Amino acid sequence: MKVTVCIGSSCHIKGSRQVVEQLQYLISKYNLTDKVELAGTFCMGKCQQGVCVTVNEEFFSVSPEGVEEFFNNNILKKV
Amino acid sequence: MRKFDTKVQHLKYKVLREVARQAWADTLLENVLDIPKTIVPGKTSTMRCCVYKERAILSERVRIAMGGDKENPNVIEVIDIACDECPAAGYEVTDSCRGCLAHRCEDVCKKGAISFDHNHVAHIDKSKCIECGACAKVCPYSAIINRKRPCQIACKVKAISINDDNAAAIDNNKCIQCGACVYQCPFGAISDKSYILNVIDLIKKSEDNSKYKVYAMVAPSISSQFTYAKLGQVVKGLKELGFFTVVEAALGADMVAQAESKELAEKGFLTSSCCPAFVQYIEKSFPQLKEFVSHNLSPMATLAKYIKLTDPTAKVVFIGPCTAKKAEAQLESVKPYVDTVLTFEELQALFDSRDIDITALEEDVLDNASYYGRIFARSGGLSDAVKQGLIEQNIDFELKAIPCDGIEACRTALLRKSKNVLDANFIEGMACVGGCIGGAGCLTHGEKNKSQVDEYGKEALEKTITDAVSLLK
Repeated sequence: MKVTVCIGSSCHIKGSRQVVEQLQYLISKYNLTDKVELAGTFCMGKCQQGVCVTVNEEFFSVSPEGVEEFFNNNILKKV
Repeated sequence: MRKFDTKVQHLKYKVLREVARQAWADTLLENVLDIPKTIVPGKTSTMRCCVYKERAILSERVRIAMGGDKENPNVIEVIDIACDECPAAGYEVTDSCRGCLAHRCEDVCKKGAISFDHNHVAHIDKSKCIECGACAKVCPYSAIINRKRPCQIACKVKAISINDDNAAAIDNNKCIQCGACVYQCPFGAISDKSYILNVIDLIKKSEDNSKYKVYAMVAPSISSQFTYAKLGQVVKGLKELGFFTVVEAALGADMVAQAESKELAEKGFLTSSCCPAFVQYIEKSFPQLKEFVSHNLSPMATLAKYIKLTDPTAKVVFIGPCTAKKAEAQLESVKPYVDTVLTFEELQALFDSRDIDITALEEDVLDNASYYGRIFARSGGLSDAVKQGLIEQNIDFELKAIPCDGIEACRTALLRKSKNVLDANFIEGMACVGGCIGGAGCLTHGEKNKSQVDEYGKEALEKTITDAVSLLK
């Protein structure tokens, strides 16, 4: 599974670092490092909806506060 | 509203803007010969002896705006017919000549170039003089001075000589492509080749970033440029031009600071690799010190490499103050990552070629790097960042940095190192005085540039190098 987080300016200001850090933590907590590839990109062209995240091309808008919920619903369940 | 320091820059800008306008409209080939007349209409000359010479020189400027001489590997080119042969150049007798009896100047001149008028005042026959300077040395009144050409004074690596036609000639074996002569020539007779057409082509063929995405990577010295508008408006303007997104080269600087501090601790002595003109200077003038040049790619190349890792079909355009970056982008080690390079001067021309008034745009955001990555733009910033990199990575190494800005300062440090008498373990070398903010491709240079860079640094969301690069795993 490939999870891509936008680290471009707009998403960065909205907290993409926190999103990346929490995802890194959760992925290792659930021993998913072999199954989930976490990557960065500089823009997804949807800056208004940041922090922009894709899971295998499917788009999600994730806030730093909502990372755990997003992880449970869209990564943990589907991996 | 001050957009440029000099009228020479303004003229160069008008040519670039016109070439770009025609290129956007796909009419460049049809209209290329008319561009000089568009810029100098009518019959009255404004810069030279006649409009015909003005237009002939403008044709040369158009050629350089379109990439210049492909046979010449140097990105800096002399426009022979614009070189005004600076009549004031070379050794001249001044009013201080007392018309003495001794005539030491005459005795020492091996070419018999010195004669005397009825007042016994010395004169130099330029057709005989070989500019050796012997007469100037022996005159007890210091009445003979060397009026060097501005380009030769600007060129601290002594790459400029005067050819048989009395025009400036650049020795490519010495030239480090820093652009100092470009900025200093009062006639605009030396110019950096422009790749503005490559940029337009990249943007057009991306078909609105659908075929591939075009990334603009801006140097942190942008904080001292386009000061008539907000930085966020410049970012918006870049997107209006057709760039997919804008990324800070300063993030590459953060990456370099982290890697270079580690490399320094391992090797014990390093010279920085960020400034391509400084690296060229070592290669050409101090080859024995080449082994000490950091093996890290520059911030530009480092970040471009990362961008292409995340987006393999991406095209990267670096936008900065630097002419030497144009040469760096052509190196085998950098070519795969950086597609082309623009200067701030050229970006202004590009905005205006599309009639984009950036002051009327809303503000977009630009925030990728830390304070430390951003201050690379001014002298001393890189040393501060390496120091911080050592601290953040808990590396036990006492940094003794010597920040050098301007080739003369760099030369002093490199000379000392080559004689093993340098009391430092890190040479931060920047070819331009003040660092990148003194670059030849800047729109303007001023006293406030350094504080503007520092302010911009403080505005960064991330305060540490580690936090800025933590996203890049």
